[in-house]
Amino acid sequence: MKRYSSLGLLTAGLTGHTSWPRAWRDPTPKTRYDIVIIGGGGHGLATAYNLAKRHGLRNIAVLEKGWIGGGNTGRNTTIVRSNYRLPQMQDLMEFSLKLWETMTDELNYNVMFSQRGAIFLGHSDSDMTKLAERGDAMLARGLDAELLSRDQVAKMIPVLDMSRDARFPIEGGLNQPRGGSARHDAVAWGYARAADALGVDIIQNCGVTGFSIRGGKVEGVETTRGTIGADRVGICVAGHSGQVAGLAGVKLPVESQLLQAFVTEPIKPMIDTVIMSQSVHCYISQSDKGEVVLGGDPDNYPTYSQRGVPMRLEQVAGEAIALIPALSKLRMLRSWAGTTDMSFDGAPILDELPVEGLYLSGGWCYGGFKATPGSGWLFADHLATGEAHPVAKPFALDRFERGATVDEAGAGPKARDR
Amino acid sequence: MTGSRTHQGGIIDRNKTISFTFDGKRYQGHPGDTLASALLAQGVVLFGRSFKYHRPRGVMSAGVEEPNALVGVGTGGRYEPNTRATDLFIYEGLVAESQNRWPSLSFDLGAVIGLFGRFVPAGFYYKAFLGKPGLWKFYEYFIRRAAGLGQPPVEPDPDSYEHRAAFCDVLVVGAGPAGLAAALSASALGERVMLVEQDLVLGGGLIRDADSMEGLPAQAWITKALATLTERGVRILNRTTAIGYWDHDLLTLAQKLVEPGQAPEDGQAAQRLWRVRAKKVVLATGALERPLPFAGNDKPGVMLAQAVRTYVNRFGLTPGAKAVIATCTDDAYKTAFALADAGCEIVAILDSRSESPSEIVKAAVARFKVRFDTQILEAAGGPGGLTGITAEAGGQKLQLSCDLVAASGGFSPVAHLHMQAGGTLSWDEANGAFAPKTSRQNQVTVGAASGVDEANTSASGLTPPKAVDTKHSFVDFQNDVTLADIDLAWQEGYRSVEHVKRYTTLGMATDQGKTSNIVGLARLAALEGRPVPHVGLTTFRPPYTPTTLGLLAGHATGKHLAVIRRPPLFDLHTEQNPLWLPSGYWMRPRAYPRNAETLHAAALREARTVRQGVGWVDVSTLGKFEVAGPDAAAFLERVCATTVAKLAVGRGRYSFMLREDGIVMDDGTVWRIGPERYLLTSSTGGADRMSHHLAYVRQVLAPEMRVAIANVQEHWTGIAVAGPKAKTLLAQLAPDLDIPRHMSVARSQIAGVPVLILAASYSGERAFEIYAAGKDIVPVWQAIATQGTDHGGCAYGLEALEILRIEKGHVVVGGEIDGRTTPHDLGLDRMLNPKATYVGAPALQRPDLQSSAGRLRMVGLESETPIPEGSMLVSSIPGTPQGHVTGAGQRILEDGYVALAFLRDGSERLGEHLVAWSPSRGAKAPVSVVDPVFYDHEGARYRD
Amino acid sequence: MQLITCPHCGPRAQAEFEFDRAVESVLALDATEAEAVARLYRRENPKGWSWELWRHSAGCGVFLKLHRHTVTHEIAEVSLLDAAP
Repeated sequence: MKRYSSLGLLTAGLTGHTSWPRAWRDPTPKTRYDIVIIGGGGHGLATAYNLAKRHGLRNIAVLEKGWIGGGNTGRNTTIVRSNYRLPQMQDLMEFSLKLWETMTDELNYNVMFSQRGAIFLGHSDSDMTKLAERGDAMLARGLDAELLSRDQVAKMIPVLDMSRDARFPIEGGLNQPRGGSARHDAVAWGYARAADALGVDIIQNCGVTGFSIRGGKVEGVETTRGTIGADRVGICVAGHSGQVAGLAGVKLPVESQLLQAFVTEPIKPMIDTVIMSQSVHCYISQSDKGEVVLGGDPDNYPTYSQRGVPMRLEQVAGEAIALIPALSKLRMLRSWAGTTDMSFDGAPILDELPVEGLYLSGGWCYGGFKATPGSGWLFADHLATGEAHPVAKPFALDRFERGATVDEAGAGPKARDR
Repeated sequence: MTGSRTHQGGIIDRNKTISFTFDGKRYQGHPGDTLASALLAQGVVLFGRSFKYHRPRGVMSAGVEEPNALVGVGTGGRYEPNTRATDLFIYEGLVAESQNRWPSLSFDLGAVIGLFGRFVPAGFYYKAFLGKPGLWKFYEYFIRRAAGLGQPPVEPDPDSYEHRAAFCDVLVVGAGPAGLAAALSASALGERVMLVEQDLVLGGGLIRDADSMEGLPAQAWITKALATLTERGVRILNRTTAIGYWDHDLLTLAQKLVEPGQAPEDGQAAQRLWRVRAKKVVLATGALERPLPFAGNDKPGVMLAQAVRTYVNRFGLTPGAKAVIATCTDDAYKTAFALADAGCEIVAILDSRSESPSEIVKAAVARFKVRFDTQILEAAGGPGGLTGITAEAGGQKLQLSCDLVAASGGFSPVAHLHMQAGGTLSWDEANGAFAPKTSRQNQVTVGAASGVDEANTSASGLTPPKAVDTKHSFVDFQNDVTLADIDLAWQEGYRSVEHVKRYTTLGMATDQGKTSNIVGLARLAALEGRPVPHVGLTTFRPPYTPTTLGLLAGHATGKHLAVIRRPPLFDLHTEQNPLWLPSGYWMRPRAYPRNAETLHAAALREARTVRQGVGWVDVSTLGKFEVAGPDAAAFLERVCATTVAKLAVGRGRYSFMLREDGIVMDDGTVWRIGPERYLLTSSTGGADRMSHHLAYVRQVLAPEMRVAIANVQEHWTGIAVAGPKAKTLLAQLAPDLDIPRHMSVARSQIAGVPVLILAASYSGERAFEIYAAGKDIVPVWQAIATQGTDHGGCAYGLEALEILRIEKGHVVVGGEIDGRTTPHDLGLDRMLNPKATYVGAPALQRPDLQSSAGRLRMVGLESETPIPEGSMLVSSIPGTPQGHVTGAGQRILEDGYVALAFLRDGSERLGEHLVAWSPSRGAKAPVSVVDPVFYDHEGARYRD
Repeated sequence: MQLITCPHCGPRAQAEFEFDRAVESVLALDATEAEAVARLYRRENPKGWSWELWRHSAGCGVFLKLHRHTVTHEIAEVSLLDAAP
């Protein structure tokens, strides 16, 4: 791997950049690998990278049916945070957040992780109590959080409507200073390049069509490019977990829904932090390119279409303008939709499935991007050792039949209600 | 380049003059002018600066595809950044300014970046600013300031926006010749037709080409067609863009009622969003011309050939005096004739094709200098305009002096809506274009958008000359993506079209790649050595053109973001000037402070009044459902987890409901108000969910049951009267009433109003919920207040109710019932119906819900200091949380503080000493774990 | 936005309806614990034709059974619930 650096960029500039090699190879699939990862998104690539980097495994392939990073890795609002209420979720997301902090350096690829703070706004005393409770839970567990007064919020985000008679007046907020955002595509590319350098075969345009299973144990995968043998197979296909697990006869507590988001035309800096709200369900940030990134509630019905209803975008626009009136004259430039694995407690599933050697990292709902490095680490750990890492243990598949769900929202078993 | 107004021609109104300013300088134009045409006519060359290199840019197009000429328009709250000068019709007083430049458009320090362009190729930021965490944040500060285009708006938007729905048989999108023809034929058949056009005027290519149609001059034919359509009742919307094609033939249209930055008349909206459900959709969206790839193709003075012709024929101006036409299409020859007829010198026509047999080319050869097999290599010039070009023909270089290049690189049918609708495309190799193939929805594409291209084109415009300087040949003009950038992405392995797009930012500018996508794809295909369709295509998503957020929001923002639900007693409460508490969408009185009392003091006084005398509270917002029929009791035993069937007529009981997963969903009371008639109450916040749940159980799970359900939440308005003197007060209010004992029902009249009385208590005192129909409750409240005051009573709000219920150990939905708690966790398991006929019973059997080990279970906490609500329970500070406080308050009549909390292993830990720790608020309280009922454990106060 | 033909009210915009659940997840009242786990937590989650329950919540309030395609959003059938599933 040719290392990237500012100096290298200058040197290459003098010679017309002809010396930059391919960021990753385009290998022909081998007939057999020790471990095959299905899904070349951030999670799958991070898993492969960790298998190679931390477990010294070399005979690994990532199979991607399209182009790497083309699923939800490239269809989200790039928010990274660990400001959860439940300890299981805090531990998982904080594990991940720590890895974000060193990712650029570790991968030698600028993923533009920017800790500009992630603020939940509170709109009533009861919102503020809930935020204080969340902050208390975070601080008591060693995470960073600061409860903000109305004045502190107004100072940090001057564009907010702080009027007392707003429909949802802003009473304060809870900031996680270490939260922020990152460049989503770069995460996939950075992991791909680093994994490739460690010998991982990243195989694009290779869809999985079935599994070879003998005696309850997985022996390989059938793909559009032939049969590929494997001792262990990891599934990292957000939005399609149910489909791929279904090929092995496993039914999951997951429903595929759709989450839309959009950006405005780029403008000079306007919003410096990630803004989320307890009562107004949108989230707002501004990318380094200057686009204001907006998202909100998912479209609550099953679909794989990546095509939502217009009212959802209209609703998010209304919510965002209510919080930041000056957004009104900005224009929606580009919208997109991702197919999300909505699990039936809102938490991910990290486990071996009822087929020996077949593992799943799925059910990440609409919060998977922030978990990318942690998910990759923990899932690799599970695949390599056969044992779940303590942080991953609460996310076992049998929690649903045991009744040990991890229900951050307290919304119950209907994905529709999340 | 020196543009100037011709003496005649065009469809601008030369009799009227409009004044406006650009970068503070005053200009004039005519009605019908765009900002671009008005400025071009007055010799303005430089309109803006590009995103990355701050290169000087002029006008490239005459429409919505414009990547270069972006301006900020309007002032104050009406300021709109990034507005295309080519899609902005001037109005009196228009104020526009250039963007992304400092200190001025002609002298922009940012342009220095261009000098270092070689060091900042596509994706440079992924390779640089590495190193220690935090270093990026330092660099990012500067990068963020360099990025972005226009200035962010600061002030709130004073404008309003409308939403409207419409239905039609045929929706025609685009009012060029094909769209007009479609609207004429559909309306002739008597169909309800809507015709929408993004432009100010109808006619599209007819106006640009000034052709004749059916023997009439273009404008006359359009006028006649319009008259026919109007007569047939066709709804025609101009300045209206179909931005999205959604499921089942729903289209969203954005209609501009005024121009960007323009103030609408009083009371009028600035824009209107239409949702149109059509039986059939005709897409007549035309085709967009593509630029040619050569070095300096982004310089002011290089324009699209059709755009040049539009400026001549429609706007009556020539954008230059000496023009070179560079083309791979016959269509651009029309531009040569139009320019020449308008008095412009045609220096040469450079055609990349070997020949063309068409009549127009023959005519051109006779009149102009036409060179085949010739491509432009480079354009020379600067912010002031072009000075000339270098071309290549058969290895020979050729230099020509000119101030305008009209370039045609072929056409791309506008298939955005077709693709949004789920259609497919096919690649036309000869013309180098994708055209609609199959449709999923009820739509057809007609005219130039369908790929039927009368202009004889060739794909050669997609292939740059071999000797071209790729580093200065722009593909995406706004984002400064060059051929070299695409080459670099490919070299580095970013080879999927989506990777190239994302790595280079090709097609991600505000023009969304309208002119650049195919050029970029062709480059990629050439690098791959494969045909274009094998390279793929990026997806098309709404909106077709950028759409104002205010328009999307419509009225549903600001104060109207969500409804406010006001209970019928709202006005009476207002007279007492209470503190309000938003409770879901409801506004409920939180406390009624007297003499500048604090919230806390008022609530404590109100609660003490309830404990010692009598108080009354508005409970109208509770969920209420009437359940009637022979199977009503059996039905309720499906919904409620407690027994119901044994309830005698006239009696009620506390109950709770489970979700299907065995978790407590809500709680309330059930009252048997008649032999086969029940009233079920539930929490305010859960009322809508309960309504849906009841309908689900009734319709889906128990369709055989003979039972009817009515949601009477808003029918019954209620007041709870509570306290040791409540019974006395009620006896005065309803002298004939046989006062119902606790958990009994009665009917009576108070102040002449028929009321339903439920003897239930949430506060822990003897209490009565008195219900009347809707606003009929008003005199009842007044009577209670008048006579209750004589007993020393007062109205109380939710805050007092909260501390009363905490002291009594009553749970609340959203507090203790948080969507994770089982009946067992809440200490309610003894009340479960042993027949287990209720929803949630099967899943409640799951082992981890049955075992109490390690579960968070409800306990009470006592302390001598205030216990912070929401705080964590730890053994000592710092410590790992073992639970949390869900509700906390002061003891009402005694000293000390109490709280309800959830603690691991719960009641097994009574007597333990813990700390309630709130690090976020810097607060803590030592607490003892106790039983969660702090007041009247035996319920003695309910008895008379 | 889909157009759903309510048997009571005629064709209406999706905005008037809410998706409730996949038909396969309907849990009978007398189910066992094992059935509850299977119905609630083991799902086909089909990519293609799917049987679903929707409710015309902002209309007549009726629960409807839809045969709907989860990729194209075609709706082949909308029917009232005839009997307990």
